[in-house]
Amino acid sequence: MAAIDPSNRGLRLVTRYLVLGLVALVFIFPVVFMIVSSLKPDQQLLTDTGSLRAFLPVGDISLDNYFAAFERAPIGKFVFNSVLVTVITVSLSLFLCSLAAFSFTYLEWFGRAALLSVILATLIIPFETIAIPLLLLVSKLPWIGVEGVTYGWLDSYRVQIIPWIADALTVFLFVQYFKDLPRELIEAARVEGATWWQIYYRVVMPLSGPVIATGAILKTLKMYNEQYIWPLISVQSETYRPVMVGLQYFFQLQIAWGEVMAYLTMITVPVLAFYLVLQRAFIASIASTGVKG
Amino acid sequence: MKLTISGAIVAYAAVSGAALAQTELALWYHGAGNEEEAAVLNGAIEDFNNAQGDWTVVVESFPQIAYNDSVVAAALAGNLPDILDIDGPVMPNWAWSGYLQPLQVDETLVSNFLPSTVGRWDGEIYSVGLWDAAVAIMTRQSTLDKYGIRVPTLEEPWSLEEFNAALETIKASGDFDYPLDLGTAWTGEWYPYAFSPFLQSFGGDIVNRDDYQSADGVLNGDAAIAFGEWWQSLFANDYAPGTSQDPAVRDTGLIDGKYAMSWNGNWAATPVLDAFGDDTLFLPAPDFGNGSTIGAGSWQFGISATSAHPDGAAAFIEHLMQDKYTAAFSDTLGLVPATPTAAAQSKYYAEGAPMEVFYGLSEAQALVRPVTPGYVVAAKVFEKALSDIANGGDVIDTLDAAVDEIDADIAKNGGYGH
Repeated sequence: MAAIDPSNRGLRLVTRYLVLGLVALVFIFPVVFMIVSSLKPDQQLLTDTGSLRAFLPVGDISLDNYFAAFERAPIGKFVFNSVLVTVITVSLSLFLCSLAAFSFTYLEWFGRAALLSVILATLIIPFETIAIPLLLLVSKLPWIGVEGVTYGWLDSYRVQIIPWIADALTVFLFVQYFKDLPRELIEAARVEGATWWQIYYRVVMPLSGPVIATGAILKTLKMYNEQYIWPLISVQSETYRPVMVGLQYFFQLQIAWGEVMAYLTMITVPVLAFYLVLQRAFIASIASTGVKG
Repeated sequence: MKLTISGAIVAYAAVSGAALAQTELALWYHGAGNEEEAAVLNGAIEDFNNAQGDWTVVVESFPQIAYNDSVVAAALAGNLPDILDIDGPVMPNWAWSGYLQPLQVDETLVSNFLPSTVGRWDGEIYSVGLWDAAVAIMTRQSTLDKYGIRVPTLEEPWSLEEFNAALETIKASGDFDYPLDLGTAWTGEWYPYAFSPFLQSFGGDIVNRDDYQSADGVLNGDAAIAFGEWWQSLFANDYAPGTSQDPAVRDTGLIDGKYAMSWNGNWAATPVLDAFGDDTLFLPAPDFGNGSTIGAGSWQFGISATSAHPDGAAAFIEHLMQDKYTAAFSDTLGLVPATPTAAAQSKYYAEGAPMEVFYGLSEAQALVRPVTPGYVVAAKVFEKALSDIANGGDVIDTLDAAVDEIDADIAKNGGYGH
């Protein structure tokens, strides 16, 4: 009778893993479908979508879609552009937003609560409403480069980086996390004569691994996966185009679905690798801040 | 040896001097990702750059889906190139908005172009296209024979009753998922391009073309209501897949035998010909009472208002207008050549060639979409109305609402300069 005893630990374990396995399958299906489909010719891909064969590498399997995708679009350049823009933006964002959050959390200055409220209020403004004013603004801003002072940031990396460095969500994440750090640590450091800068980079930031990971992942996903409208209107040359605009190269009148899947598989790899590296810290941070991505 | 080196230096200086003397003209094009199309365009550009010493055209290609948004954004930011390619029905809006300047080409150069390939606004030519697109009912001779359905011709297209009877007969056979594929999976410009000719054939229109100041009476009059009810019946009776049609099945449904007939453009004709060979039929649009019509007006070339070199830009566009490039684009893209002389050179549209019928359709049935800056908004309103009606919306209410929206937009924009 032990086998059907609800308190049986083995049975509970099997049940738990069975449920978790099913949930994992549901979440992994799209990725499996994408990878498997990228290996099939269009005709077979479309035929298989109505059955479980869609998730199996069966039939006429080859890497032809990958070769064709490379011929259709400069994928390496698009991935490089997106990775470059993402890495610089995320790095600067984590630095500046954490500094801002530090100031909001630990420094006493007039109007900080009101300013934080204003910053957080920007979370409800959709980007579409500010896209055109922002475009007009960056099209006239000065820049100092090797050619001296020029005007207009359009068609460059900087136009894809600078407007995205500061964002309310990242500031909010850091503020929430910093509030939970023991005040005694900060006060002890002050008593020992540490400057605010020393407290920031020697005390607070070393303890902020989980929130840095969360901010990095959320910001990376936003910069890499969701940057479409802004580069569409602010970048004209192929030299600076990111992966999401590049995806549109594959949507011709007759869509080559196999090539679309191959392209998506290739551009997903960097994001997936990044997430897998940081997932443990990400989960820990979610547990502590209650923020979901 | 010295002489050789001196000669080389002089030759190099001459060549580089010529190159330096050439003024750069930027061209934006909508065909990124289509390498065959890019090859034809790049070949024509190379020929132009090598044939004269004044101008060098440099192309920047955009994905088609993103192209119009990119151009509008660039216009706002004052960042337009010299030469643009423009979707025909959008041209009046861009001209009215001040993005374009009139194209200085001799009328005699466009005299043999299909009328729908010459973009005119406010009495002037603003753009010229090398090709047009045509839509037909694609099916198989054997399918019509099997069900005893008459093959329609340009002279005698199907009537509304004949068309409905054909759909009912095929539906009743149970041999296909749907008798007719309308391509409802394709959103955007496909709706007004492909379906407004049905409305026009019923006797309605998207906007009143007498003065382009209102849609009242043409988009919600008796003819338009009759069209709307017929349109809704196609989906209510399961004659055609609805707006949730899978885009992938749209591409292959006719060839796979899911659909008996497909309303599709000439760009999709070659896979059908490859699959069905001599059994292929490209049929004209039915005549719903007011004559058969199909949409017209494809991509065209024009000059931006901010170009400092309209003479160079016009020289390049005139260069492109040669039959050899028109035929080359047609051979590559399967599109209808803009001139009969180019059609004669083309592998698909020459006399006796497999897609010759499309040239006839363009010549006989083509009706450009409303030539007004307000078309851009009206087209989206029309698309939404058709989608709503297909999904069971009340025909009269939906069309009335569409008219209100279009009229409000026209009023808001001061009549769009008509």
